[in-house]
Amino acid sequence: MTYSYYPGCTLRNKAKDLDMYARACAEALGFTLEELEQWQCCGGVYPLGSDEIASKLPSVRALDAAKQKGQDLVAVCSACYHVLKRVNDDMANVEDIQTRANNYMQLETPYKGETKVLHFLEVLRDRVGFDELKKKVVSPLTGRKIGAYYGCLLLRPSDVMAFDDPEDPTILEDFIRALGATPVVYPYRNECCGGYISLKEKELATSMCDKITDSAAGFEAECLVTACPLCKYNLNKSGKLPVVYFTELLAEALGVKEGAL
Amino acid sequence: MQRIGVFVCHCGSNIAATVDVKKVVEMALKEQGVVHAEDYPYMCSEAGQSRIGEAIAQKGLTGIVVCSCSPRMHEATFRKAAERYGLNPYMVEIANIREHCSWIHKDMAEATEKATILMRAAVAKVHLNAPLQAGESMVTKRALVIGGGIAGIQTAIDIADAGYKVDIVEKTPSIGGRMSQLDKTFPTLDCSACILTPKMVEAAAHENITIHTYSEVEKVSGFVGNFTVDIRKKARMVDIDKCTGCGVCQEKCPSKKTPNEFNRGLNNRSAIYTPFAQAIPNVPVIDTTACIKFKTGKCGVCQKVCQAGAIDYTQQDEIITENYGAIVVATGFDTIKLDKYGEYAYGQSKDVITSLELERVMNAAGPTKGHLERLSDGKAPKEIVFIQCVGSRCSDDRGKPYCSKICCMYTAKHAMLIRDKYPDTNVTVFYIDVRTPGKNFDEFYRRAVEDYGVNYIKGQVGKVIPQADGSLLVQGVDLLDQKQILKKADMVVLATAIEPNPDVRKIATMLTASIDTNNFLTEAHPKLRPVESPTAGVFLSGVRQGPKDIPETVAQAGAAAVKVIGLLAKDKLKTNPCTAKSDELLCNGCSQCANVCPYGAISYETKLINDHGIREDRRVAVVNSALCQGCGACTVTCPSGAMDLQGFSNRQILAEVDAICR
Repeated sequence: MTYSYYPGCTLRNKAKDLDMYARACAEALGFTLEELEQWQCCGGVYPLGSDEIASKLPSVRALDAAKQKGQDLVAVCSACYHVLKRVNDDMANVEDIQTRANNYMQLETPYKGETKVLHFLEVLRDRVGFDELKKKVVSPLTGRKIGAYYGCLLLRPSDVMAFDDPEDPTILEDFIRALGATPVVYPYRNECCGGYISLKEKELATSMCDKITDSAAGFEAECLVTACPLCKYNLNKSGKLPVVYFTELLAEALGVKEGAL
Repeated sequence: MQRIGVFVCHCGSNIAATVDVKKVVEMALKEQGVVHAEDYPYMCSEAGQSRIGEAIAQKGLTGIVVCSCSPRMHEATFRKAAERYGLNPYMVEIANIREHCSWIHKDMAEATEKATILMRAAVAKVHLNAPLQAGESMVTKRALVIGGGIAGIQTAIDIADAGYKVDIVEKTPSIGGRMSQLDKTFPTLDCSACILTPKMVEAAAHENITIHTYSEVEKVSGFVGNFTVDIRKKARMVDIDKCTGCGVCQEKCPSKKTPNEFNRGLNNRSAIYTPFAQAIPNVPVIDTTACIKFKTGKCGVCQKVCQAGAIDYTQQDEIITENYGAIVVATGFDTIKLDKYGEYAYGQSKDVITSLELERVMNAAGPTKGHLERLSDGKAPKEIVFIQCVGSRCSDDRGKPYCSKICCMYTAKHAMLIRDKYPDTNVTVFYIDVRTPGKNFDEFYRRAVEDYGVNYIKGQVGKVIPQADGSLLVQGVDLLDQKQILKKADMVVLATAIEPNPDVRKIATMLTASIDTNNFLTEAHPKLRPVESPTAGVFLSGVRQGPKDIPETVAQAGAAAVKVIGLLAKDKLKTNPCTAKSDELLCNGCSQCANVCPYGAISYETKLINDHGIREDRRVAVVNSALCQGCGACTVTCPSGAMDLQGFSNRQILAEVDAICR
């Protein structure tokens, strides 16, 4: 199975490992991430202005490119996934945005949200299957207590993202379990890390992250796992628990970590 | 040629504000056969009806069209009026220009045009109406009550006291229902069991009441006055006549790990069990999914210890068939599932419980013997937070749009009882609104606040956060102070929304009774016929119809009983003459109509038919008009067009369609 792949800017810089491990794991699990030939930055945040169109176009281009190939579009970064999925939802359901974006794009066939956007974790859950994944684990992470950190972008708004239960998600816990480790369920796992507020009000972001890491540590998590470069950045600043990308854990369990980077 | 009168009702301003009634009258007079047309503010009033009478007498009307509200509302009224003035009641047709027109349109020109078209269709139909005579059917003087909670028990007792036989069918092993799970009842704080169990005993001892517990209604056929019902009596594996209710079997049963439904799963029960000590009948059942004997074949302890020899592993489900004149649905409610409310940590912490679970915790016969304690560590909670409207008044699909009605009062009750018994425990209640209409209700709530110092905070809770030390943090908002609150708690109680029991669809389908978008059974009229279902002979009692507390439930149960008694008091009922009729000359005996008939009203006989001089024996359909309910399924199925519905003939319906398309 081959998927169109949208890495995103951060995965070319600060979060290179998130990207490289994802590709290596995909091959180990028997599917291919085929990077879109031309992709532009998703913008990092979904533009909330209902009349804002320009900053949605990079996503539309990526979505249409995947449509041309007849492939589902996979993202690994929470933020890219969030933006792509929400713009896709607009293109399918918001007539005004659909019309204006298509007027601008001048595509041969207008794009109307046909592409299915998947997060890498969804590919693991819904396409590979966690039971199948478990079978492919060569070095299980037995005994490790890992706290899943979801953040906001994967889960909300839940009617559009339709990723998992926004209040009591389980996908990362199931993932951790499949790798042989023990998931630590703690209440702040779906609370905000502060996001970009860390650029402006560093202390606020730190206090938000402290709440998260203190809670996880209280429930005896040894480390946190996330899919978002910004969450990782903020949580690292807090510095109380090691934070790793889920792809890194996956690569370790599948025995492809060494060769990946 | 018919002489038709058209009567256009204003319904005050209900119709007249949107439909130009004068114009409809004017247009009616242009219709063929219409010799009289007039409008009147309230056609259904005495004066309105007598105008119809005058027109019948003066103009020699042979058919009448009333342009008014839904026929469900006043068809019977106008048919009775016509009959009074000497016209066959089935010569009256209703054009529904209120529900189907004025109430749903805003533009007067558009609504007037539509009203005119509806009038025209009704006139076209009346041209083809023929006088029909209602037949008679017998009434079986026995009632069925589905559900053995307080609603069902009260309805049954009231019917039985009037001298009629009643059967209660209850799916669990005992009657008693939700009320038997409650500790105290508002606003008087009397003990639930103390006022319920005498009623249970009264029902069980009543000479006119038969109780089928651990039983379910399997099939319903027939019609008002003549229902035939199959009841599945599930195998108890215990002989109800031999068992003495000593309870030794339950003590000795080695399988004790099944969640106790009666205690909301807060503790476990044995595989052979009675739900609670005052159960009626006091005869246990064997849960075969938990019983070691049924799972592995090796055990049989209960049989060995039973002195009465009542245990019988070979019992099979039994289907009994009974006839009833009326059916009352009193199947009650449950609390909604909370799996979509992850933010309250219900599944994550044992110390987050629902209010119904708290009832069991506070009940002396409950899992903690009535001691208020945390279910995680058995410690006494010093800070308790109640969250109201969990799943009620909800605008998304996680909960219910309606107010569950009972939660404000039972939360005040819980808060007050806890403050009374454990004065050093603080109680905080988060609420959206406190709704306490009802006799002595607001006084009760104010007592909780003013005399018992319960801390009421207007605002909702966003998250309940289990802490590593086992305590809980409640993150909410105080809307009046406009600030966020982070409150430490030892226990959180969720006032969970109630919903009709999930078997509602099955029962509604069996009874052809309609349900609303929230799965509550619909009333025949929300204000004027609140305990009757639109299906004749089916009545509603208790929360099945809508959220209500115990006093209201008991009142409604009595009202349902009165309606049943009114029905059973009649020896004969008039039957609907709008039944199917087969044209023997066209019928080819194919059996398709009999296959679709839900009432078993069609049979076949071989008859000598004279078809234009050709005399031959043919197999033809015959409709039993006493059984036929006029649903029309056979008429649309019949491939040769032999089957027709009197009063709704194919010709009449096509004439209506033609008139609409004209």
